[in-house]
Amino acid sequence: MTDIGLTINGEALRLSIDPRESLSDVIRDRLDLTGTHIGCDHGACGACTVLLDGVPVRSCIVLAARCDGHEVTTIEGTRGDPFMAVLRRHFHESHAVQCGFCTPGMLLMAADILRRHPDPTEATVREALSGQICRCTGYVGIVAAMLACAAELRQAAEGG
Amino acid sequence: MKPAPFAYLRPSGLPEALDALGGDVAVLAGGQSLLPMLNLRVAAAERLVDISHLPGLDAIDERPDHLRIGALVTHARLEDGGAPGPVGARLARAAGQIAYRAVRNLGTLGGSLALADPAADWPACLLALDAIVLTASAASERRIPIDAFLVDAYETALAPGELIVAVEIPLPPAAGWGSAKVARKRGAFADSLAFAALGAGGARIALGGTSTRARLMTRTAAVLEADPDAGEAALREAIEADLDGLEVPRGDGSDAWRWRCHVHTLLTAIAEARQ
Repeated sequence: MTDIGLTINGEALRLSIDPRESLSDVIRDRLDLTGTHIGCDHGACGACTVLLDGVPVRSCIVLAARCDGHEVTTIEGTRGDPFMAVLRRHFHESHAVQCGFCTPGMLLMAADILRRHPDPTEATVREALSGQICRCTGYVGIVAAMLACAAELRQAAEGG
Repeated sequence: MKPAPFAYLRPSGLPEALDALGGDVAVLAGGQSLLPMLNLRVAAAERLVDISHLPGLDAIDERPDHLRIGALVTHARLEDGGAPGPVGARLARAAGQIAYRAVRNLGTLGGSLALADPAADWPACLLALDAIVLTASAASERRIPIDAFLVDAYETALAPGELIVAVEIPLPPAAGWGSAKVARKRGAFADSLAFAALGAGGARIALGGTSTRARLMTRTAAVLEADPDAGEAALREAIEADLDGLEVPRGDGSDAWRWRCHVHTLLTAIAEARQ
């Protein structure tokens, strides 16, 4: 076993883990934070996306042991984030959720995309989202939600 | 779908890391290829040496005659313009084409080179840029030209106990630069990718996505060096001779597309580099 220190959703924890445990397994099985979904378990689908030191990573292909001393944010840790509140509302309004399996990873990735591209074209959104697999919606609602969210946030920033 | 058990080592400095290498060891840098391979159990190791946090391996230094990129510099940092100048811009464009942002946030330049996947972007890109791979072991340091570093698919000149510490890209770069990639889906491994560097110092045309390592198209480069304005017919002839030399099957019917992808990416990269 390996001892690690991890800050998860703002809370500093010490954990004793098997070195081969992925970050996604530690999040779900040791911490009971089941909002992080595991789709493919080899980095192909994006469902398990979390934030490591503020940037999105695929938690199924991150070794938990290498996160010692780092900060992890899961979908549960975004409840109080006003940016995420706007994004979630647009996902709701644009029907960007169907079965919901991809949604936690989709929301975390969508937020990162909109922070890097505050005024994106539809093509930019679609390209940047290509690593997040959704098997229900055909992406139409997700892309619409992100574009509408970006427009609202821009308008707010301009004081409109 | 979990890795087989391994011992996890987290050395605190490069000397300690080098001492830990040797035997049945895998090195963890970004882990964005290693972890899927361990999860799928197509790779295994008795010991995993985690170098992801080692100090001094993530520096980017610009010197008068070269740009030095540390092995642990991530694709995302290069994509975001972390390396300066025209070479930095070329690296940014190549980095942005690799997999997906969540992968690029952790995946490293050194890790990609060490794995030497035939369809990976950095081996072909750095071949066109004529980079030198800097390595270290407990006993010595080496400077290996990228063309000698790349041996075959998933095979490099790295000796047991040796780590990549950085790459050096010569400055100034060739004036002309072009690249092209064909993949089924944005972010997927390339079916073909080509990089072209054209300048007063000559032509370096690199092709990735074949069944072996990234390769230099020497006949094509020779045609461009003899006649920088060589027409498409002459270029096609040279490209086809190069592809034959690499034993890329011309194929017929349903598998002829691979050959056509290579011709397409090479012609596109060369055309862009001439602009």
